[in-house]
Amino acid sequence: MNKFMKVGLVSLMAAATLAGCGSGGDSEKCPVKIGFVTDTGGIDDKSFNQSSYEGIKKFAKDNKIDKSCISYVESKSDADYVPNLSQMAEDGNDLVVAAGYLFDKAMGQVSKDYPDTKFFVIDTVVKGKNVVSGVFAAEESSYLAGVAAAMQTKAEGGDTVGFIGGMEGDTIGAFQAGFEQGVASVDPTLKIYVDYAGSFEDAAAGQTVAQKQYNAGAKVIYHAAGNAGNGAIKEAMERAKNGEKVWVIGVDRDQYKDGLDKDTEKSVILTSAMKRVDSATEQISKSVLDGKFKGGKTKLFNLANEGVGYPKKNPNLSDDISSKLDEVVAAIKKGDTKVSTKYIIKNGNMMTGQQVLDELAK
Amino acid sequence: MNSKKDTLLISLLAVFIGILLGVVILIASGHSPMILFNALLRGTFGINLTMGTGLNLRYLGEFIVFSMPIILTGLSVGFAYRTGLFNIGAEGQVMVGGMASVVVAIMVPLPGVLHVIACVAAGALAGALWGFIPGLLKSKFNVHEVVVCIMLNYTGMYFSNWVVRALPGSTESKTAMIPASASLNSDFLSGLTGNSRLNWGILIVIASVLLYWFIIEKTSFGYSLRATGFNKEGARYAGLKVDRNIITSMMISGAFAGLAGTIVALGVFNQGRTLAAFENYGFDGIAVGLVGACNAIGIVLAGLLFGMLKVAQPIMQIAGVPKQIGEIISSSIVLFVAMQYGIKIIIGRIAKRRLEKKEGSVSQ
Repeated sequence: MNKFMKVGLVSLMAAATLAGCGSGGDSEKCPVKIGFVTDTGGIDDKSFNQSSYEGIKKFAKDNKIDKSCISYVESKSDADYVPNLSQMAEDGNDLVVAAGYLFDKAMGQVSKDYPDTKFFVIDTVVKGKNVVSGVFAAEESSYLAGVAAAMQTKAEGGDTVGFIGGMEGDTIGAFQAGFEQGVASVDPTLKIYVDYAGSFEDAAAGQTVAQKQYNAGAKVIYHAAGNAGNGAIKEAMERAKNGEKVWVIGVDRDQYKDGLDKDTEKSVILTSAMKRVDSATEQISKSVLDGKFKGGKTKLFNLANEGVGYPKKNPNLSDDISSKLDEVVAAIKKGDTKVSTKYIIKNGNMMTGQQVLDELAK
Repeated sequence: MNSKKDTLLISLLAVFIGILLGVVILIASGHSPMILFNALLRGTFGINLTMGTGLNLRYLGEFIVFSMPIILTGLSVGFAYRTGLFNIGAEGQVMVGGMASVVVAIMVPLPGVLHVIACVAAGALAGALWGFIPGLLKSKFNVHEVVVCIMLNYTGMYFSNWVVRALPGSTESKTAMIPASASLNSDFLSGLTGNSRLNWGILIVIASVLLYWFIIEKTSFGYSLRATGFNKEGARYAGLKVDRNIITSMMISGAFAGLAGTIVALGVFNQGRTLAAFENYGFDGIAVGLVGACNAIGIVLAGLLFGMLKVAQPIMQIAGVPKQIGEIISSSIVLFVAMQYGIKIIIGRIAKRRLEKKEGSVSQ
């Protein structure tokens, strides 16, 4: 019966072809074709996937490339990664982009199968002659977060700041390191609390450690804990409702709206340490168009190439802090200020900025 | 209307109407209906009409890879259904099956082909155990299997996640890669199909289909299971061991689902994964089993139809059709196939009316 079904289908399709659908030939009108594959988060995840594709869309718009030259496909499960990447390559895309470390294995495999296609993977390093891996200098944006947190705390007469990470390790450690150094650069006497939620999903765990840090006198908490960090934002919002003046610094994207209280129209998000995935996909797309794409490399996105940064609009930041941040950005770009990825304070502990600097100097 | 030819025609008609509806939806949402035909054809064989590329066996391979686990869960649901049980727990059985296979793959070093055989057996056993629980509770305490199965789906997911994380070399989200001796990967099958992920799991699927057909149609055991399904009390009166039948049926059903987990873990990923949500292999299996009318060939065909719709969706999305519309189209095709009995009745009525008219005109 299956055979019959297929025969039926084929004849249907033959009929449809005869009916005259002479499309095709879109390769001529596309100077460059780009395909994007999401992870299971989907294209409208308000985060990684969405920003990545927005960068590609902006690239197409700025370079007057027809909308039909860029396309995306959503992966419904991790079993879809390999076929979706393969399909994008077979569709004749010049560049295939995938967002997220979940793609590491699939990208390694597919890039070997399609050596003539260019691949770009974000947040993980994949080896291959035709692959560029994009990683972000999280310590630089976190340094800015540290500076902002320290200045705001001092302005309010406080002496304590907090850092909440998701899972311990070098990845989030880089965020912690930048934050520690940023705080210490403003005032080495400030106390820094470091706690890990032990998860990127568990918002309740994030809220518990946020409670601990606010109770210990923290005015500003910087979180690098994904959804667990939303627990910290929730805690800050509850405290703000009760008249306490506490802040959270967001991560990866502008989280201002996440901390917005609908009644008071005030947000507890002081500013956000942004990972500009949109800027990264835009830059790599441009490099393909210009014929400057060089595979087999890990590309670092940092302050200098606007791969990380802080939002343009920060309604909660004072002018003092904003102008100081701009100074710091310039100093890091010039290389006058160097940020290390070495994190000092252990999970659950507290140190002053001076102690951090002493440990770093060893 | 009982001949095989008629059944075939009706199934074809059902698929045809479903596709026709898909075309209408596409036109209504402002897309070319060609997208659907192209996606179905390309998803299964790689033939791309719009770009004019020919047969690409990688697509055929991937199409089979996507169909394999849902054929197994279809068999699982179908088997239980034949015994009058509704196994909505295939989802959980898939997960514990995959987990058990990975545990044996990583923890029990065995030489050569013994390793992979042990892994597959572990998957089937774990699934069977997960089916045994609702079977036992049903037969001893008359607890409805649907309730137990739904709960065991969650238990299965979180238990599997916990075990996967506890294995040596595991990260928060996955285990280490399993040794090659435990893998179902096949360079031969993959090479045959343009580097697709087609693997030896296909042998497990074929064996399972044959076993299903043999047990149900050819053994007295299968006959007593079916009798239990038709009328439990009647079967009891006839002296059949109904309680034992319920338990064994759920165990066999669970084993099929467990094998689905095994071939996904050992054939597609080669590692264990923690899951944040169900992957719907089990729930797809319910539709596959019922659309396939719970017989072996029907389930294979329904599984292939589901697989085809699955592989067609990303192709439609790349062509600019939103995921939601793609899903509406797939679901409508399935819906019409499921309604083939209704179509049968309608055709029967039309034929009857014609006959009556004819007879009327003759008698006048």
